[in-house]
Amino acid sequence: MKLEGSYIINASKEEVWLAMNNPEILQASIPGCESLEKLSETQFTAIVKAKIGPVKASFTGEVSLENLNPPHSYTLTGEGKGGLAGFASGAADITLSEHDEGTELQYEVEAQVGGKIAQIGSRLVGGAAKKLSDQFFRRFAAAINGEEENPE
Amino acid sequence: MPDTGNLTTGGIGDAVQRKEDFRFLTGRGTYTDDINRMGQTHAVFVRSPHAHAKIKSVDTSAASQASGVVGILTGADMVADEVGSLICGWNVVDRHGEGHKAPPHPPLAHDTVKHVGDQVAVVIAETLAEAQAAAELVDVDYEVLAANVDTASAMSGPEIHPEAPGNLCYDWILGEEATVDAALANSAHVTELDIVNNRLVPNPMEPRAAIGEYDMATGEYTCFSTSQNPHVLRLILCAFVLGIPETKLKVIAPDVGGGFGSKIFCYAEETTCVWASKKVGRPVKWTSTRSEAFLTDAHGRDHVSHVKLGIDADGKFTALKVETIANMGAYLSTFASSVPTYLYATLLAGQYTTPVIFCNTKAVFTNTVAVDAYRGAGRPEATFVVERIVESAARELGVDPAELRRKNFIQPDQFPYETPVALTYDTGNYEASLDKAMSMIDYAGFPARRATSEANGKRRGIGISAYIEACGIAPSAVVGSLGAGVGLWESAQVRFNATGTVTVFTGSHSHGQGHETAFAQLASTKLGIPFENVEVVHGDTSKVPMGMGTYGSRSLAVGGSAIDRACDKIIEKGKKIAAHLLEAAVEDIEFADGNFTVAGTDKAKAMGEVVFTAYVPHNYPEGVEPGMDETAFYDPGNFTYPAGTHIAEVEIDEATGVTEIVDWVAVDDFGNIINPMIVEGQVHGGIAQGVGQALLEGTVYDPESGQLVTGSYMDYCMPRADDLPSFRVDMTTTACTHNPLGVKGCGEAGAIAAPAALINAITHATGTMTVEMPATSERVWRALQENN
Repeated sequence: MKLEGSYIINASKEEVWLAMNNPEILQASIPGCESLEKLSETQFTAIVKAKIGPVKASFTGEVSLENLNPPHSYTLTGEGKGGLAGFASGAADITLSEHDEGTELQYEVEAQVGGKIAQIGSRLVGGAAKKLSDQFFRRFAAAINGEEENPE
Repeated sequence: MPDTGNLTTGGIGDAVQRKEDFRFLTGRGTYTDDINRMGQTHAVFVRSPHAHAKIKSVDTSAASQASGVVGILTGADMVADEVGSLICGWNVVDRHGEGHKAPPHPPLAHDTVKHVGDQVAVVIAETLAEAQAAAELVDVDYEVLAANVDTASAMSGPEIHPEAPGNLCYDWILGEEATVDAALANSAHVTELDIVNNRLVPNPMEPRAAIGEYDMATGEYTCFSTSQNPHVLRLILCAFVLGIPETKLKVIAPDVGGGFGSKIFCYAEETTCVWASKKVGRPVKWTSTRSEAFLTDAHGRDHVSHVKLGIDADGKFTALKVETIANMGAYLSTFASSVPTYLYATLLAGQYTTPVIFCNTKAVFTNTVAVDAYRGAGRPEATFVVERIVESAARELGVDPAELRRKNFIQPDQFPYETPVALTYDTGNYEASLDKAMSMIDYAGFPARRATSEANGKRRGIGISAYIEACGIAPSAVVGSLGAGVGLWESAQVRFNATGTVTVFTGSHSHGQGHETAFAQLASTKLGIPFENVEVVHGDTSKVPMGMGTYGSRSLAVGGSAIDRACDKIIEKGKKIAAHLLEAAVEDIEFADGNFTVAGTDKAKAMGEVVFTAYVPHNYPEGVEPGMDETAFYDPGNFTYPAGTHIAEVEIDEATGVTEIVDWVAVDDFGNIINPMIVEGQVHGGIAQGVGQALLEGTVYDPESGQLVTGSYMDYCMPRADDLPSFRVDMTTTACTHNPLGVKGCGEAGAIAAPAALINAITHATGTMTVEMPATSERVWRALQENN
């Protein structure tokens, strides 16, 4: 499954880049993220709760930052195990560029799901992923701007 | 069809209502999941979410601390206990004389997983909820490997078993390729077609379930299971997988809610429950969820074929060449290897006199669940090949498809007819079925109906399927010579009670077929006693002497014949007792309508009195044992050959591609019929399943990840009542020549005949060579655009 899009964030490239490397902001932005622990500058462990169609799961997994090119781009890869619900894994290429209203963040995600999520929810995964990424970037932008985003 | 509404007496030929329906229709059946044992625990399987992966580690430490956990067992525990591989019971010998590749199939995987849903561990807990919660905590670390799921390209994809290079299970042939190629080269016309027979998920209403139980006091195991053949399950579990003496394992398959073949096989789950019951010292119960059923029940079909039919200038078939790739899935299931070979290629003559036929089947492994017998098992695939290519040839040649068939039919005076593909048809009258079906559907009136449809913006098509199948599986010596590991006889025990009631014990298992009724009709007529006085017992290896189970439309032709033979023994013994009571010679005693009479006199003894005497032998012939209880084994002399013609008529909406089946006639020759209502029901169910395959059901594995994306009813479409017309069913009859009842079998015919009839009708309407199954509205619409 592939997903791509872009968001305009009302902040400088440097500010966005710092936020992209700040575990607290990332945790606040990732929908359903219960914990995000930093193992190193580029490695995190995460617990994320997600619901795709009828399948609810708590994913435990590792997130790492690769291809670091500050303050322009990185690749965020993650792999989560959801117990009986299956697994989700993916990589997101994120690129920042200057924009009239601040910074344009472009992303390209390649994701895979397996097990029950794929079996029950394959037709729902695309929609769910789009919704989750919208939520992520909305919260992310709000966090940079120091705004409170009501969790959904 | 005979009127089925009349109240009847329950003899052979009566449409008596089914004995089992009261409990089924009122929710009073006893299915495996309804059974609960003292001290029972619940099993949840930890399954692979990957299509193909190495198991790096299985960490059960957190799960084993969870509430209610009784035990967690993994593949390593099975290895330590020397649990055997699940077996394939039919060794297909390939074109080079080598046996097929049957790589290990461990009930719990221990080094690699080979399809999504493959079992890695089992969590056993006090309650189902606790088992599910603990299963969440089992941490399996996988190294994901590339998946290989596509049938056509499987041989060039990633290797799945080191034992099977190129993922080839076998490369098998029937017939002489050079002869067939030469005949094709000399033919006036050759029609070619690529044919995909789509993969199906069986979906019986009742999912699989099992309870394993071990009695420490006696050392005896019991396995309650949703099996179609409890004795064969016992044999496999005992002799091949668990090493238990057959005297120490009882298999009970109580009411079973449909199987369609998928419950023939020995699966990992019942094996694990039986094994684990001793490990944890408690009964272990597992009931499949519908999601697990999609992932783990053996699927059906999944063939990719290239077909050539040669025809001479007079329209006579000269040769047929079929090259098929058949998907076996990740492991070789219990009878998987026989399906695309001996149950498929042997039927490629169809109803026709095609003089030479060649079939090459390459069976391949993929990272998908195993594929094995599913209602029809090989014969629907054969019929689809034959009837699609014949119909296509007729259209290419511009001749009426009915007339092309008629020209090539085996004629009634040619029986017994030896086909070029190893079978000898004993009897049949194919033109009679075709004529009747054409008359019922008013074939001649089709052009007028088509014109009416076209005036309304609809396309109309009519399609014929003149099918044949080989049922009554099977003569033991024949299947043995072809690689079967078992004999395919059936046993029956007929036991009179002293008061004149009869219990029939049969090794055939009933899971919707109505054996309790049809077998009671058979015994009642044969013994001349009331239908109500006969009870049929099946599905329990501790009660029924022996059995080979129910599949391949064999129950009546083989199991029924065994009952007939056991009844003969009862009658023979009764004659001796009656002769003594009537003071006559045994040779002078005749038996009819429940009475033993001295020939040519009015001296008679009723069956009841003779039976009573057998159990109260105060005045009894010398040298005759007391009691009236006889067992017979019946090994059929040949397959039976049900055949017939189905014709489907469809109307297609040009704008949407939606197909409506506007008429369906089925004329089948099942030989003699015991209960016409049950037979009609079997035909209806079979057609519904065939329509499901042709129109709605498609199994899709993601080609990259190997995930089953049609894994629920959101994505896998089953036929419903409003997808189907009111079927019009009739019969022609040529009695089977080699079994005592003259019966052939009817359980699979509808599913065998239907797909070709429907796709022939749809392609007739679209004007295209093919529309692949399932012929969804999108595919039909695209075909219409292609032709415009």
